Amino acid sequence: MKQHVLVVFPHPDDEAFGVAGTIMAHTDAGVPVTYVCLTLGEMGRNMGRPLIANRETLPEIRKQELKKACEVLGVTDLRMFGMRDKTVEFTDQEVLINRLLEVINEIEPSLVITFYPGYAVHPDHDATGAAVIQAIKRLPQGERPTLYALAFSKGAEDILGPPDVEISIDKFAERKIKVLEAHESQTAGFVKGMKQRYEEKDEAVVKQLTLERFWTYPIDE
Amino acid sequence: MKPIDPQKVQESLSSLINQKLYVHLETTNGAYASHKDESFFSAGAFIRNAQLTFLQGKIKGNGPYRIGLETELGWLYAEGLTDWEIDEQNRLLFAGHDSEGKLAIAFELSTAPFPK
Ligand SMILES: [Zn+2]
Repeated sequence: MKQHVLVVFPHPDDEAFGVAGTIMAHTDAGVPVTYVCLTLGEMGRNMGRPLIANRETLPEIRKQELKKACEVLGVTDLRMFGMRDKTVEFTDQEVLINRLLEVINEIEPSLVITFYPGYAVHPDHDATGAAVIQAIKRLPQGERPTLYALAFSKGAEDILGPPDVEISIDKFAERKIKVLEAHESQTAGFVKGMKQRYEEKDEAVVKQLTLERFWTYPIDE
Repeated sequence: MKPIDPQKVQESLSSLINQKLYVHLETTNGAYASHKDESFFSAGAFIRNAQLTFLQGKIKGNGPYRIGLETELGWLYAEGLTDWEIDEQNRLLFAGHDSEGKLAIAFELSTAPFPK
């Protein structure tokens, strides 16, 4: 079966933390990855270190960072949906679901990656995951792609059980740091320290950079 | 942005009296505040492109600063302001950044609407 991955997140840099290695494992193997990013993170609190942005210049800066990150990731099909940060849950859900469904029908993904609604902390994350699930559920059973969901709220594992998908991304750890670095306005405060701890083989950081974990969402239930 | 110069800010505010303005006003703890610290009560507010006209506007404090506007129909104030600029579109932008450089409040005035 033809492979195509669809990644849907609300903020530039969401892809950097939890799925960059998985994306690179696919693009390196020649599997196309389409990334739908709903907003430009207009409401981010990080304005660079030293300050490089203000509220009005931040969106354009983050757009350029997102494009740079996609270059490192090998993602050539980036679709920016032009929504506003922190408004995803308030927007017309039917419009969003239909836009997502249009992309799904166009590229016919074999795998979709998004946030696990209810377990993704930021309201935009939860709303994005929920809209993606609603869009996929409009496909007939049997034609639905596999859905990997990302959960990181406190206690998520107690409720959902351990993630059933663990992808080892050892090969991509250093490139994953480069993806994080691309989002300079958001990550400048910690990426240097992270790099150092990685070189010192700090267990938590090594794990963060070499292992990505997902829950397969029960899309047919 | 640069650190607030209260005298220059006062001049800029005064120049906008009695004009129809668009306002961006926002306070934020960040969406992760309660995730990082469960005892933290996260609250914030955001409004973009509210229209108002003010009769008088003042900057007060020794830094961080407070700005208050008496409008035709009511009041507006913002506190915790540290930095400002007049951008190339002639918009008056203020922000309050915490010790880590993270934005905690933004307050902006423009004679034309901000992009949605
Ligand atoms: Zn996010």
